Amino acid sequence: MAKDKQPRLVIEPEKCIACGLCEAECPFDAIHIEGDVAVIDYDKCKVCRKCIPICPTNCLSVEGGKEAAPAEAAKPAEVTGKVGGYSGVWVFAEQDSGEVHPVSWELLGCGRTLADTLGCELAAMVLGEDVEDVAIEAGYYGADRAYVIDNPVLQVYRTSPYAAACISLISKYKPEIVLVGATTLGRDLAGAIATELGTGLTADCTGLDIDEETKLLRQTRPAFGGSIMATILTREQRPQMSTVRPRVMEALPRDETRQIEIISEDLALTEEDVLTKIIGFQADSDLDAPNLQYAEIICSGGRGLGSPSGFELIQQLADALGGVMGASRATVDAGWISHDHQVGQTGITVRPRLYIACGISGAIQHLVGMQSSDTIVAINTDPDAPIFQIADYGIVGDLYQVVPELIRLAKERNLKEKLLSGVAF
Amino acid sequence: MLRMVVCVKQVPDTTEVHTLIREGVPSILNPFDAHATEAAVQLKEKYGGHVTVLSMGPPQAAEALKKCISFGVDRAILVSDRAFAGADTLATSYTVAAGLRKIAGEEGLDLVLCGKQAIDGDTAQVGPGIACRLDLPQITYAVGVDEVDLEEGTITVQRRLEKGVQTVQAPLPALLTCVEEMNELRYASLPNMIKAARYEVEVWTAADLDTEPERLGLKGSATVVERIFAPPEHERGEIIPGGSEDPAGAAAALLDKLIEQAATSEE
Ligand SMILES: Cc1cc2nc3c(=O)[nH]c(=O)nc-3n(C[C@H](O)[C@H](O)[C@H](O)COP(=O)(O)OP(=O)(O)OC[C@H]3O[C@@H](n4cnc5c(N)ncnc54)[C@H](O)[C@@H]3O)c2cc1C
Repeated sequence: MAKDKQPRLVIEPEKCIACGLCEAECPFDAIHIEGDVAVIDYDKCKVCRKCIPICPTNCLSVEGGKEAAPAEAAKPAEVTGKVGGYSGVWVFAEQDSGEVHPVSWELLGCGRTLADTLGCELAAMVLGEDVEDVAIEAGYYGADRAYVIDNPVLQVYRTSPYAAACISLISKYKPEIVLVGATTLGRDLAGAIATELGTGLTADCTGLDIDEETKLLRQTRPAFGGSIMATILTREQRPQMSTVRPRVMEALPRDETRQIEIISEDLALTEEDVLTKIIGFQADSDLDAPNLQYAEIICSGGRGLGSPSGFELIQQLADALGGVMGASRATVDAGWISHDHQVGQTGITVRPRLYIACGISGAIQHLVGMQSSDTIVAINTDPDAPIFQIADYGIVGDLYQVVPELIRLAKERNLKEKLLSGVAF
Repeated sequence: MLRMVVCVKQVPDTTEVHTLIREGVPSILNPFDAHATEAAVQLKEKYGGHVTVLSMGPPQAAEALKKCISFGVDRAILVSDRAFAGADTLATSYTVAAGLRKIAGEEGLDLVLCGKQAIDGDTAQVGPGIACRLDLPQITYAVGVDEVDLEEGTITVQRRLEKGVQTVQAPLPALLTCVEEMNELRYASLPNMIKAARYEVEVWTAADLDTEPERLGLKGSATVVERIFAPPEHERGEIIPGGSEDPAGAAAALLDKLIEQAATSEE
């Protein structure tokens, strides 16, 4: 390779699928899709290499110059100013009147692996009023330490005092990674904290791991409508922040022998400082309705039901198995069933022991919401439906013939009782 | 009189996206932003005032802004510059906040409305980011505005939470992010449609905003995409035969399998 040669971006046209991602990514307007291939405008290209990792077929590379690898990737994270001195994996413990959202324990489960890989502490950030029990409980689920702020202004969640409390703890103790559940509350909070700290925040991660070389947190999530996955890094800012939906990660078994070190901090805020006031709360009337997110058995219906009344059949199946009813987005969009039944990328992520998909084709956006189920069953007339790719058991057939038989047999064999007593599945 | 700005985004109509090829995918006004716009127009009808829509995006995003004009919005501004390209949510909220500051300087600002999230990225991070940068109380997941007290300078809003609806009161100026249940979209009136068709969207570039260049676009983004890849393939499971000829038999075989599997996994 000639040393004096300027590096330049090159493309292997036969590999290019003209997806347009490089064009969208290029900050210099130097790549354009012309016909079925990407064309580089060398007057504009600054060889920033931004397009290279984006390309799904790896058809872009840099030729000539001293190094072909992306300049940034080769640079260890430690050399940049803000990164040094940050250590520890923290999980925000979401609680309401002492009741902890299970996503917090799931994040501790995932955080344990990250902290062990990095060789650092795993801590829970516990905010509220009288929350010592929450801190102790966090220990049972894997945290080494809890940073606690106990203050009456934190009794019920409001953005500004919670964000202020998180920021004071993060600024003082400098964790390297902060994980927050992608719940209503968590999304409200995480965006505020990350902006205040001027750091990166990656929403709805489905995978988190540590890059062996750089020790950076690799945050993987679905992108572009779920058709592809993207791995995202926060290279230079700290902490690296991610939100993760409930049911994506797995909690460690609760272990009451685990001890936790509690570090209590004060927050110089009183009620007068908080301008937003909560003046009412109307709890949903159907609070006792089965919880899809944490259901152990889910029977879902899709467009293959043909009409809204098809969900009556799915409900009967769910009842016969002691499960809860789910749905695809196509049926929700059609108005056959309410959105709170929707499983998938724009619905709920579930992880039941048994997931039965009836008349659901298995679009990627549906799959990302249920693929971690222990056992997946698909019933579909189309043998080529993608749902069969992911199903453990498939029946190629008309759901209106198969499901009634399932209901009949499940009742006959009293499966529900068996399931509830934990014998089957 | 309520001076409002709605922050909107043009997004690919992802319900139509089936491949990576973006060509021919129609662009639409982000549905949640449409509801935020409608909410602002309804507030204007009730309390009087002024609604401006603001978007950061490529030149073609002017179409989404014109759509907002047809809803009854008074003014539409597109913040558009090559320097903004490649922005993550951190850099986006920075640029949009700069646009809002400029509008606030020109016409005043009592209320910012955003959609709950954009359907292309689904992050729900830009609204809170803007609120933080402008130091506004943030009220996410708004389903309804109970009251605006112009004298006291407060707004009372209902928020959709996981277990119910919460009512909160915050001082103005404030920022709301709106969910679909906020309102039903109305059909545009004929005069508004004509107005939208003729409307010339104002375009502001980086030079028009008080910003630091290194905080814009790709440069101002804290996150970078390291890799993009196809979702992993799955191992094909077992097809239980007889689904069409003998549904009862297939159903029975399925239940046997499930029970058998459960028994072995118990061990
Ligand atoms: C950004 C984005 C987000 C999305 N988010 C989600 C999401 O969260 N959740 C989600 O589910 N989708 C989501 N989608 C939509 C997704 O792409 C699919 O369009 C949707 O999942 C299809 O639903 P379906 O399987 O019910 O319908 P279809 O794809 O129409 O499939 C119906 C299936 O029923 C079968 N069938 C027909 N009749 C019968 C019968 N009598 N018996 C048995 N089988 C029969 C057919 O063979 C077919 O496979 C999203 C899309 C985008 C772009």
